Amino acid sequence: MYRGLAIIFGFFFLGEFISNAADLMIPGSVIGMILLTIALFSGVVNPEWCEREAEFFVRHMSVLFIPPGAGIVMYLSLIKTELLPISAALFISFFATLLVTGKVVEVLR
Amino acid sequence: MNPFGIFITIGLYYTFSEIYSRKRVFILNPVMLTILTIVLILHLFGIGYDYYNESARILTFLLGPAVVSLAIPLYRQREYIHRYSKQIFAGVTAGGLVAVVSAVLIITLLGGDDTVARSIAPKSITTAIAIGVSEKISGIPSLTAVLVIITGIMGNAAGVEVMNALKIRDRVARGLAMGVTAHGLGTARIILDDEVSGAVSGLGMALNGIFTSVILPLLAIVLF
Repeated sequence: MYRGLAIIFGFFFLGEFISNAADLMIPGSVIGMILLTIALFSGVVNPEWCEREAEFFVRHMSVLFIPPGAGIVMYLSLIKTELLPISAALFISFFATLLVTGKVVEVLR
Repeated sequence: MNPFGIFITIGLYYTFSEIYSRKRVFILNPVMLTILTIVLILHLFGIGYDYYNESARILTFLLGPAVVSLAIPLYRQREYIHRYSKQIFAGVTAGGLVAVVSAVLIITLLGGDDTVARSIAPKSITTAIAIGVSEKISGIPSLTAVLVIITGIMGNAAGVEVMNALKIRDRVARGLAMGVTAHGLGTARIILDDEVSGAVSGLGMALNGIFTSVILPLLAIVLF
């Protein structure tokens, strides 16, 4: 267990460090994920070393974004005044993204 | 540290998950119901969000390692990356751009607020990554989280029907479109229809998370 956690937190730390040191606009966690992916593909990290721990985090990810989500309580009046643009953007963009992604893949098959 | 926040978060999530496991209808999405109930409790009892959030901070911190862990499912689907590399690359690039640009343009055209446009931009990527991206481009991470979840619920509830109406029939196309548009919640739905679509959807979600977080800071210069 500790090997897996050490790898995951190690890559998280590395990603945060790079993001801060290079003043990047990319979140450190995403950089850590990219680096771990590269490490897995290149064989530097064996997936068996951290897959159980990674699966645990991925499976229980949903509960982790409840606290930031509940922060919406501070923006209720903003949402009320912006309800029309927000709803329109969510709906139209949803259709457009499904359509474009699906059709681009179909054209290439 | 006060255990109030962590207790109501986990307690409510457990309760709503139990309900959802018995009655699988999209409207009972446990994350959304937990957020709404917490908002209601904070509002009714006049509890400040900071008081709640301070005590639930451990959970939020764990989003970091959870995002790093996405490398494992991504690596597991490497077979599909090799087999459909061209389609996946083109689909994620096109879809990822359309998701961001269309949402931001509509907000701007309808006279919406600049902060709202920044917050809605990453709405098609997985919540954990979207929250971090929103913070980086000066959006409101809380608003982003809710918009991402609503997008996911739309995909879960109606994505398959919309693709049928749009005559998207190919299983790789359907999977990728769902993953790129509606991340994990869309993936959870399409995997019930077809195993290949489900796997490709998971890939689309992970790759669009990476693509959008890399491209959005650059797009932000022109869009906002």
